[in-house]
Amino acid sequence: MIEVENLSKTFKVYHHRKGFFGSFVNLFSRKHRIVEAVDNVSFSIKRGEVVGYLGPNGAGKSTTLKMLTGILVPTSGSVRVNGYIPHRQRKENAKHIGVVFGQRSHLWFDLPVQESFELLQRIYRIPQVQYNQNVEMFDGLLNIGEFFRTPVRQLSLGQRMRADIAAALLHDPEVLFLDEPTIGLDVVAKARIRQFIQQINTERQVTVVLTTHDLDDVEKLCKRVILIDKARLCFDGELAALRRLLSTERILSVDYAETYSDISIPNAHVTYREGNRVQYQFSPEEISTADLIGAILQRFKIVDISVQDPDIEELIKTVYEDNRALEQKLTETTAIDLTNRDT
Amino acid sequence: MHHLSLYLHFVKLRIRSQMEYRFSFLFDLLSQASISVIDFFMIALLFNRFKELAGWSLWEVGFLYGIIGVCFAVAEMIGRGFDVFQNSVVRGDFDTILIRPLGTFFQVFSQDFLLRRVGRFSQAFVILLIANSQLTISWSFVKVGYLLVSLVSGTCFFVALFVIGATSCFWTIQSIEIVNIFTNGGVFMGSYPFSIYRRWFRHFFTFIIPLACVNYFPALFLMEKVVPSGVSTLGVYLAPFAGFLFFGITMLFWRWGVLHYQSTGH
Repeated sequence: MIEVENLSKTFKVYHHRKGFFGSFVNLFSRKHRIVEAVDNVSFSIKRGEVVGYLGPNGAGKSTTLKMLTGILVPTSGSVRVNGYIPHRQRKENAKHIGVVFGQRSHLWFDLPVQESFELLQRIYRIPQVQYNQNVEMFDGLLNIGEFFRTPVRQLSLGQRMRADIAAALLHDPEVLFLDEPTIGLDVVAKARIRQFIQQINTERQVTVVLTTHDLDDVEKLCKRVILIDKARLCFDGELAALRRLLSTERILSVDYAETYSDISIPNAHVTYREGNRVQYQFSPEEISTADLIGAILQRFKIVDISVQDPDIEELIKTVYEDNRALEQKLTETTAIDLTNRDT
Repeated sequence: MHHLSLYLHFVKLRIRSQMEYRFSFLFDLLSQASISVIDFFMIALLFNRFKELAGWSLWEVGFLYGIIGVCFAVAEMIGRGFDVFQNSVVRGDFDTILIRPLGTFFQVFSQDFLLRRVGRFSQAFVILLIANSQLTISWSFVKVGYLLVSLVSGTCFFVALFVIGATSCFWTIQSIEIVNIFTNGGVFMGSYPFSIYRRWFRHFFTFIIPLACVNYFPALFLMEKVVPSGVSTLGVYLAPFAGFLFFGITMLFWRWGVLHYQSTGH
């Protein structure tokens, strides 16, 4: 369905001189630096998968999506979506994909939702029967009927997002790209959109690729996650595998009875300290939980102590912060986690 | 056919939304028309003093003015999408265009339609009619056909200038102001017979930016004026096609520019 091989994108970022004279000079000489937005990324996604494409801000998520949707031309590498090369067969590709950018609406700002939809019907040449069926179904799932005649500019963020997602699916695309579909939404609206995506995926076999910062989205929707950081792919596998892989690192929280200046413990490092509350991160392979607690009790007086597995947000943070450690772990455990990845 | 019906639908929607504010629309229409009346009034004042300019009478110049005015007004009306394209790039709206299964050129073209340029159009058209009534042009089928082709071609010429400005946004984000020198400045320059300008200037605006082909050469042909030395008669016959050629080249430039689109906020 989606094949990405050695995909890279570099941008030239120009240095702009300021002021009147500066802008004149800009016309003739422009200094630039090369920014690698996506660097040698490869993955493949099968029909019907829901994949979370994750990474911190500026990691290259949106750039990748823009190359998959034909908005940007890759610098090198190859992309195929439904067999089409998006930037060369942009129009063909566009007929078979749906795109939603959370930050921006693809609808016509000053038109009512209904007229926007009718315009899309004309643009995509959607047969009337199919159009009616889809609108009816989306109304049932997303309640778009309640604001069907309201101009897009007057919609609330949640309504707009519902309208945008429905609009992206009117022409029955095989792949749906969602760039932060739940950004800024309240809990109810988020839940509704997640449920909808899930339903579309199971009922229509729509392949979904979504980027998000909301890890609830990932937990609820995605079996598989692809992590990228600093333009590079750093994990591709099942969410469960990622958690297994990283949850070897555990966290011990301690409330000390007094303020100690030196609280360092061998084989455990302090990740958080505020007042007398301290968090240690440790790997059970290096020091067992019992030994660590023992070492602490030996030296300090404590009020409370607890051990926890890091939640997914923490996990992903560690991935971003400590890319190299992960890579090392990945090479050790590749056999388990990456062999079942087909191409 | 699909594209034509889509275009008409888009235009209908644009016109409807512009008519929503009826008073402001009418006011714009009137102010547009009166500003351009003053424009021509300035030319008339000049002739009050000199009677003729390089062998051209007031109404002969009025004919020149009328043709270029009509072309520019229509170009502004239909080429608005390219004229304000800078905003689309800055806001990232061009992303939306790229995810639709239609050509980018077509979509930008049909994005906007500036109805209130009807004011400017009608003013130029009226001057063209008056000039015609004051002159004794022997109209024939060939000449009417030639004029119509010239008007369409001249409109293409100005739209092409907007396209050049729009295409530059793919690299600079901001539209290059220099294009305005050729659009607004072009109308001003084209309102006078080209024979008054210097040689290099005439050549530049014939072979590089074919402004002279919009109205000067057509006016020579239609009014059967003596073709100045150095101008080939064949060139005068072919002049109305320059606008189409220029338009075609800018379309290629546009296609190439789209490949360099960097989007925003990666």
